[in-house]
Amino acid sequence: MLPELGQFALILALLLAFAQCALPIYGAWRGNTALIGLARPAVAGQAVFVALAFGILTWAFLTQDFSVAYVAQNSNLSLPWYYRFPAVWGAHEGSLLLWILILNVWTVAVAAFSRHLPGALMARVLGVLGFISCGFLLFTILTSNPFLRHLPALPDGNDLNPILQDPGLIMHPPMLYTGYVGFSVAFAFAIAALLGGQLDVAWVRWARPWTNVAWAFLTLGITLGSWWAYYVLGWGGWWFWDPVENASFMPWLVGTALIHSQAVTEKRGSFRAWTILLSIFAFSLSLLGTFLVRSGVLTSVHAFASDPRRGIFILVFLGIVVGGSLLLYAVRAPKVAGGKPFALLSRETLLLVNNLMFVCAAAMVLLGTLYPIIGDMLGIGRVSVGPPYFGFVFPLLMLPVVLLIPFGPFFRWASADWSSTWRALRPALVLALVAAVVAKLVFRHAASWHAFIGVAAAFWVGAGIALYALKRWREVPAGRRYTPEMLGMILAHFGLAVFLAGVLITQATSVESDLSFTPNQTQQVGGLDFRFVGVQRVQGPNYLADQGTVEVRSGDRLVTTLHPEKRQYSGQQMQSKSDIDGGVFRDLYVALGEPLGDTAWGVRIYVKPFVRWIWFGGLFMLVGGLTASADRRFRARRSARDEAVPAAATATA
Amino acid sequence: MTPTRKRRLIAVSLILLAVAVAAALTALALSRNMSYLFSPSEVLAGKAPDGSSFRLGGVVLEHSIQRAPGSLTVDFVVTDRFHDMPVQYTGVLPDLFREGQSIIATGRMQDGHFAAREVLAKHDETYMPKEVADAIRKAEAAKKARASD
Repeated sequence: MLPELGQFALILALLLAFAQCALPIYGAWRGNTALIGLARPAVAGQAVFVALAFGILTWAFLTQDFSVAYVAQNSNLSLPWYYRFPAVWGAHEGSLLLWILILNVWTVAVAAFSRHLPGALMARVLGVLGFISCGFLLFTILTSNPFLRHLPALPDGNDLNPILQDPGLIMHPPMLYTGYVGFSVAFAFAIAALLGGQLDVAWVRWARPWTNVAWAFLTLGITLGSWWAYYVLGWGGWWFWDPVENASFMPWLVGTALIHSQAVTEKRGSFRAWTILLSIFAFSLSLLGTFLVRSGVLTSVHAFASDPRRGIFILVFLGIVVGGSLLLYAVRAPKVAGGKPFALLSRETLLLVNNLMFVCAAAMVLLGTLYPIIGDMLGIGRVSVGPPYFGFVFPLLMLPVVLLIPFGPFFRWASADWSSTWRALRPALVLALVAAVVAKLVFRHAASWHAFIGVAAAFWVGAGIALYALKRWREVPAGRRYTPEMLGMILAHFGLAVFLAGVLITQATSVESDLSFTPNQTQQVGGLDFRFVGVQRVQGPNYLADQGTVEVRSGDRLVTTLHPEKRQYSGQQMQSKSDIDGGVFRDLYVALGEPLGDTAWGVRIYVKPFVRWIWFGGLFMLVGGLTASADRRFRARRSARDEAVPAAATATA
Repeated sequence: MTPTRKRRLIAVSLILLAVAVAAALTALALSRNMSYLFSPSEVLAGKAPDGSSFRLGGVVLEHSIQRAPGSLTVDFVVTDRFHDMPVQYTGVLPDLFREGQSIIATGRMQDGHFAAREVLAKHDETYMPKEVADAIRKAEAAKKARASD
């Protein structure tokens, strides 16, 4: 009975989403306050029914209702209860429902925290969000119903894909989706501004905190995904330029450009049209990402057996959203370049370079990701471009960003003074060069020059931003030194420095080797002695594992004992579980391979210095994004001019 | 020139320069790093590049996996069910590598066998990469065409 209720709740949510889309937008157009006032109740109603549907699906997993086909496919009796929650979004149907739930959370948040905004604008924003919700609810109900019955009920379910049975999966998709879907708010504000023809800079100020929060969550989602790939997939890498990774990375790149261009538009009035366009692109790439992941058109480590009808539906929806919004943009975009003039040496120019580089990088990733499809269409065969392509072009595009980033805060708006900036930044440059020389001595065994370039870049960016923080401390009276917005910028840029150090040092100094061990044999990797004790059988909650024991010694001192496993789940699928001795300065990573006959086993051993800095950098950026969005300026009540839309404002008050 | 015009000129030339550099880099990187996927039938028909790296897609032939005890070097046969290609790989194999599983190996031809430096098996055990499925279908079509000759 309950699953049918869930289905019914979804249909009701669809009807309410339609009402939330059509009526307020029509009301805002005709100036009908009653219709405008419908937006918030429709939002609340839709959210209640979507939450109900999600709750019912979760309940079906918790109670192991195998009469629901989706539950039977992705869970079984031996699945521990704590993995039954993430199992809800472990496959296509449920992850789509999660997408919709998160969209509703965002919409409710926008409706709740934006009461002071003009009613007509809010009606349009909520209407656009309703439209997106409409599309996804229709998609779920028509092609991916999670409540489909499988009668008679199966005695036991299949299993949750073992690779997903990990604490990382509990957090990674919700965080990633929160970021993805969050760009829909910036998109909705941009479309609402276009629809209403109010292309002043007010909408940007209101959209900024939402964009920053979305960007922060997307950063966290990507960071968690990278961390999860590192310790679960057993390859020891942290980024593979896989199509699905790229699908989340493209909105991040454009989103990064967007948060910078929004700052220019809000403060100086420049880049208005460009900010609207970036808002459209960021969300379109989020949709494209959903399409790439869900349609299976690309071969990926995340590939799911897929249904072509689903791909076509998302493609059509993508076409409507992108085509429609670009058409609206062409008709309504600001024709006259607004904003205050700026000189060549100015913060605006630097932010323009930032935008260009990030958008170029996103286009480059898009081209590489879609290349197999393009090659297929042009008939040049099964071509793919792998990590070498991305690994060559991406750093080159990001090089100017890294070189220029410390100048950004020091350059003033409109016109910057070169000599004072240069004087202020000289210590950072000296420090970077000294650090590079020291790094050259420390990492003299490094395989490549990446290590000292990485150290130099990290010190250049890190010291540059630290010098700026110091300058504010010295020159500005207490209390006004660091606004949350500025503090967020400092943290995020510092995160980049940490990230750069992690990436480049790891790349240059990692030791990776696949070795054959017989029990009690000792071999040396990266200056440490690895003693393979042997393998024994252990029983887990829902798997049987071969557990290896590896003792790591440095001279006579026991560093750690690691227990990598090779697990056999009920679904006959094997899954490695590597064991990692983590540390701030180096990770020891051991994965168990296969038995090699006799008593020998294959063992994969990595020694990875500084690898954790990659994710620490991501965490700094997360905190930075959240801090920036907490700026009081964004929450302050608007001036009388902004609230002069009289009838509409009072209707929702 | 008015300040506005000058500003626009700078902006436009910056954009053009960036786009040109990015396009040139991208074209260069694309042409250098294109990696083709071939089935064993196509390799035996001489379509694969001699001596340079490519990807081989197919199914691991049943009962073909062999290794000397204690050695990380493994020999197996990749098949598209029409032609077979012996493959040699040294290292730890992915979890899902087993007989009958579709894989994609990257490497080059060496003395009549394919020397792989990377072997990928997909995470979903029922999933066959589109490339491999297509390659198998293509080999099937070629065989039918030959049979009808």
